[in-house]
Amino acid sequence: MSTSTVNLPSYEDALATYDPVMGLEVHVELGTVTKMFCGCPTAFGADPNTQTCPTCLGLPGALPVVNTKAIESAIRIGLALNCEIAEWCRFARKNYFYPDMPKNFQTSQYDEPIAFNGYLDIEAAGKTWRIEIERAHMEEDTGKSTHVGGATGRIHGAEYSLVDYNRAGIPLIEIVTKPITGTGEHAPEVARAYVAELRELIKALGVSEARMELGQMRCDANVSLRPIGREKFGTRSETKNVNSLRSVERAVTFEIRRHAAVLNAGDTVIQETRHFHENDGTTSPGRVKEEAEDYRYFPEPDLVPVAPARTWVDELRGTLPELPSVRRNRLQAEWGATDHDMQSIQNAGAVDLIVQTVSLGAPADQARKWWMGELARHANEQEAELGDLAITPAQVAELVTLTTAGTLNDKLARQVIVGVLAGEGSPKQVVAARGLAVVSDDGALLAAIDEAIAKFPDAADKVRGGNQGPAGQLIGAVMKTTRGQADAARVRELLLERLSG
Amino acid sequence: MPAITREEVAHLALLSRLDLSEDELAHYAEQLDVILGSVARVSEAVQQLGQGQDIPPTSHALPLVNVTRPDVEQPCLDPADVLSQAPAAQDQRFRVPRILGED
Ligand SMILES: [Zn+2]
Repeated sequence: MSTSTVNLPSYEDALATYDPVMGLEVHVELGTVTKMFCGCPTAFGADPNTQTCPTCLGLPGALPVVNTKAIESAIRIGLALNCEIAEWCRFARKNYFYPDMPKNFQTSQYDEPIAFNGYLDIEAAGKTWRIEIERAHMEEDTGKSTHVGGATGRIHGAEYSLVDYNRAGIPLIEIVTKPITGTGEHAPEVARAYVAELRELIKALGVSEARMELGQMRCDANVSLRPIGREKFGTRSETKNVNSLRSVERAVTFEIRRHAAVLNAGDTVIQETRHFHENDGTTSPGRVKEEAEDYRYFPEPDLVPVAPARTWVDELRGTLPELPSVRRNRLQAEWGATDHDMQSIQNAGAVDLIVQTVSLGAPADQARKWWMGELARHANEQEAELGDLAITPAQVAELVTLTTAGTLNDKLARQVIVGVLAGEGSPKQVVAARGLAVVSDDGALLAAIDEAIAKFPDAADKVRGGNQGPAGQLIGAVMKTTRGQADAARVRELLLERLSG
Repeated sequence: MPAITREEVAHLALLSRLDLSEDELAHYAEQLDVILGSVARVSEAVQQLGQGQDIPPTSHALPLVNVTRPDVEQPCLDPADVLSQAPAAQDQRFRVPRILGED
């Protein structure tokens, strides 16, 4: 049962009374070739249970061995997040029973994470926010359960579950922030911007594709409220596995309103995990949070400690790429964009799309105009991310070429976009199939102009007499005849020529 | 005062999904108390050995660190073999009873 928004205070009202505090836990699936503790491949989409072995199935006697590449990736993430790297750390067993975890414990890290005490600077609401990082630790993913039976396909009412262990044991890095305070009304925006920035960083490091729609990156959002001016934090809820940037923002917004309703009614917020529902932007309760000691963490006896040599850590520091914020500043200068423009581009997830479009020959201002204008509008309409639209940077570059060449005006280009998004092919194919090219044949335009003059002789006379005002009426008529496919500037030119002669 | 109470044993039994009878709870509480008492004596001995210095707990018997492997694929099991040990299977997946009271 999910909480409806009907009886909740508005977001503004909630923020007038309460100060939100957030904690964000982001899981990133590393793009290693093999799993964390065994040599099974990690490729997505394989047939069920074809990428398993005694270790990741938790069979008796099987022993784990740590993947060097996973440690390397974890250290590079830690360094990019300005963290200290542990001189010595261990894995631990996190004990709980769940069918998607065949060992009955998850191999994780407990009080000795590989990276700790860092920060990530992000941009949101026109300013820079320093998000403090508590820790980044290594662990392994679980298998995938499919619940069968029951009306909704969700776990409630399911008759049984089918489990595929291909994903079990894939390396995960969990990145945990310190409590994020002082964001006030910008909390949801800051949460989104943080996850977006982290995703950019992870992609720039090349340690994961961080595709949220594939679950390669997912966010648990902890939210609590305290009355404005009070020091002590309120009780938090943890909304699990939020898997898009938009959902992060919506989940935080909803939880702020829900907590406010609970507190306004004089009730206590229950510390629990919650599930986010994409369809209506609400959350519903999951299990009541088990206390940390209930997991009975203890050092993993089957794995010896990890003690990364300082020389190796320094070497890895040297492999860090141009960080996304630095790159963004460089691009902003190259593109001549304002801070506000750049922020919008970043929020829309358009930086790479524009870079790619420019690299395919489009001028930056044109690439920006289409991605941030018409395409952003489509994305918004479809409630999708810009990058998920059915149009590629190459196609946008082609569209720009067609408009620059005068084959398309903006109005026609917008129709071409509709065609491309509908799967009708490349811009050129859509132009051909829909017959959308600008009418540049002067003969056809002159015929339409003569028709317009015949239809509005008074207007034509006025223009002949030197009053250009009524020209608009004539041009409008021509545009109508040509179904918008004429180049308006050329029509004006030809019209005035016709009437002056 | 015992080092572990019967309530704590019942809690651990629940977390471990062990269905213990009242008699068994009492029995294990008693046994675990003896075990914990012995461990406490070892701790005392260690403290004396350390002469006031803190001695970190040993988690591994071997003085080794950084046992790792390269990120290179190894052969997997055949799914038929994987599922041969499963009490129930369907669609090449392990079939498990629905999970009650959890989500
Ligand atoms: Zn394996």
